[in-house]
Amino acid sequence: MAVISYRQALHDTLRAELARDPAVFLIGEEIGVFEGSYKITAGLLAEFGPDRVRDTPISEEGFVGAAIGAAMLGLRPVVEIMTLNFTLLAINQIVNHAAKMHAMFGGQVSVPMVIRTPGGGGQQLAATHSQNIEVWYAHVPGLKVVAPSTPADAKALLAAAIRDDDPVIVLENLALYNTKGEVPDGEQVAEIGRAAVIKPGRDLTVVAYSRASVIALDVARQLEDDGVSIEVIDLRSLRPLDRDTICASVRKTSRAVVLEDDWLSYGVGAEIAATIQEGAFDFLDAPVRRVAAAEIPLPYAKPLERAALPDAGALAKVIREVLDATRFAR
Amino acid sequence: MADVLMPRLSDTMAEGVLSHWLKKQGDPVRKGDVLAEIETDKATMELEAYDEGVLERLLVPEGATVPIGQLIAVIGDGHHAAAAPAVPPAPAPPPAGPGKPATAPEPGTPTAAGTQIRTSPLARKIAHSHGIDLATITGTGPGGRIVRADVEAAAASAEGGPAAVAAASPPPEPGQAAAAAAADGQADDEEVPLTAVRRITARRLTESAAAPHFYLTGVIDAGPLLAFRAEANDRLAAAGAKVSVTDLLVRACAVTLRGHPQVNSSWGGDKIILHRRIHVGVAVALDDGLIVPVIRDADRKSLREIAAEARVLAERARAGKLAPQEFTGGTFTVSNLGMFGVDHFTAVINPPEAAILAVGAATEEPVIRDGQLAGRPTIKLTLSIDHRVLDGATAAAFLRDLKDTLQEPLRIVI
Repeated sequence: MAVISYRQALHDTLRAELARDPAVFLIGEEIGVFEGSYKITAGLLAEFGPDRVRDTPISEEGFVGAAIGAAMLGLRPVVEIMTLNFTLLAINQIVNHAAKMHAMFGGQVSVPMVIRTPGGGGQQLAATHSQNIEVWYAHVPGLKVVAPSTPADAKALLAAAIRDDDPVIVLENLALYNTKGEVPDGEQVAEIGRAAVIKPGRDLTVVAYSRASVIALDVARQLEDDGVSIEVIDLRSLRPLDRDTICASVRKTSRAVVLEDDWLSYGVGAEIAATIQEGAFDFLDAPVRRVAAAEIPLPYAKPLERAALPDAGALAKVIREVLDATRFAR
Repeated sequence: MADVLMPRLSDTMAEGVLSHWLKKQGDPVRKGDVLAEIETDKATMELEAYDEGVLERLLVPEGATVPIGQLIAVIGDGHHAAAAPAVPPAPAPPPAGPGKPATAPEPGTPTAAGTQIRTSPLARKIAHSHGIDLATITGTGPGGRIVRADVEAAAASAEGGPAAVAAASPPPEPGQAAAAAAADGQADDEEVPLTAVRRITARRLTESAAAPHFYLTGVIDAGPLLAFRAEANDRLAAAGAKVSVTDLLVRACAVTLRGHPQVNSSWGGDKIILHRRIHVGVAVALDDGLIVPVIRDADRKSLREIAAEARVLAERARAGKLAPQEFTGGTFTVSNLGMFGVDHFTAVINPPEAAILAVGAATEEPVIRDGQLAGRPTIKLTLSIDHRVLDGATAAAFLRDLKDTLQEPLRIVI
């Protein structure tokens, strides 16, 4: 088992999948000669050639459409869209075509396409380049949306996405690319739709995904010193959503807080809260609380950007409020 | 509408006493206005409004003890101000007529008193499985919500407490029992509810009982010390300043501790913590408890600075206005009961500190000096030591040097 970065795990997995299956090819802006805006595809053009690693013009709707066509005819395209924000230029192709083909053609075709794209704020890229609109895609039946939070999951979920016969959006995160972690050697393919209990606990469940899972784990470890036992669930997949793991945890802890980088209203946390009240209502000792981004276009100024994004302090405060409201005794 | 909840004002706070409302029902409030004074573990702190509007409802009477997170007031737009009484009447007794078991009302259903029972789903489920009537339980969650802890407490007292006895023998008529209890209680004993300070004092001193103590007593010739104090006060009189024996002791302990870092330490569970800075606490008696304001860096402050600071801290302590940082973080404590005429006593260590010095009164005692019997003022000093941190010889060396310092008081100030 090697300790490598999230970025390296993505790169290594793309390389391994290109080598494993000749139907796999990469397509996107600046991924070949320039080796990717975030260098995930470094060296792959040289190794696999321009048929397998295709640079495109700045034309998201065009190259996503091309990938859908290729997928329908048996290839396995892995599209890189420079950031999640730019998927909006291709949203008609993604939502109206990729997500619908299999059902509307009566199962005669499928669209085994992957869209890799990083979301997230915190890099001072301002309002139009810092969004967490993954929930837009998680809303749509026919799509799958996975969100790895660790290098190991980046490897296992990307491999699973490439081998899946449905269109899968792999949500990466700018703040995670340089994070490091242990990654098991050899072939690792995750089961899409299975959440992970990344820290077991007794007193309160924190549900998170992507960057927020990393924060949640930190906060849980800090609170451990204060005698609070937090269970942290990393969703890993937003669609399908592993409702059973969430509800089983809350049935044990009776308290739940969601940490999400997206906006509060209509966000992932809203879906989790609804899931909990449907599946664990009789076990709740306090309302489910959500810690999310401020409902504003994300500011450019560093102090304002920091204030608008949820952080460890905000999560710890809400956890304490829930514990206090239920007379939690250490 | 904005709920005002009992805030967590310190890390150790579990509940607060609402000592005074500074706004009345119906008063307009702005962000930052002080709504109430809240007595926490040890200090009285101000509760500020975070919202703007009209204080529509005050839900807690003055003097009430309220767990953190509980609803204590509502700030609204003023339209609901007249709807509710300022402070709710005492909750009605559970409607349990003789021979007719009380039935649990559906949650959310208005009860006879016109209020709704608020309960968490989990609390309701547990209450149902134990056959407990939710109407008999007082909720301690936000807005009086019944939470799991409330039901579990009720279930525990029903199983092991008086309820079990009552089930075994025919219950007395409720009226009779209450009257008998009241008559008994009022005749001989008075029950005094614990104040927050009394409760925390009790808890802290009980913690101290876990430390294995040993005691060392020494006697000093206080003549030079008292003479020094008289002389110092003559000089300071023009400036309106005054130095007490306690102030001299604080400074003497502080300068002596410099040479005895092991004594300026605390018990850390799996380690001993040596403190580089010397913060000396001075025990101050309150009407309803004890508090130890701390003079920070006492070895680096002049006698006059210590005297002035000690006076201000003691006044603030008696007024209940000490800020948390003014009574925490001490590394050694001095407790002086000399002014009460106590000759000698042992003090209870203020955990997690390693030692405390108990100081008795200066009394005229016969001593033999150069073969002659003479009367000399003496003071008895008793050091209480946590044996987990310090051994006898180490503590004895400190007490010896402290005695030397006090008997040559110029060493206190140079």
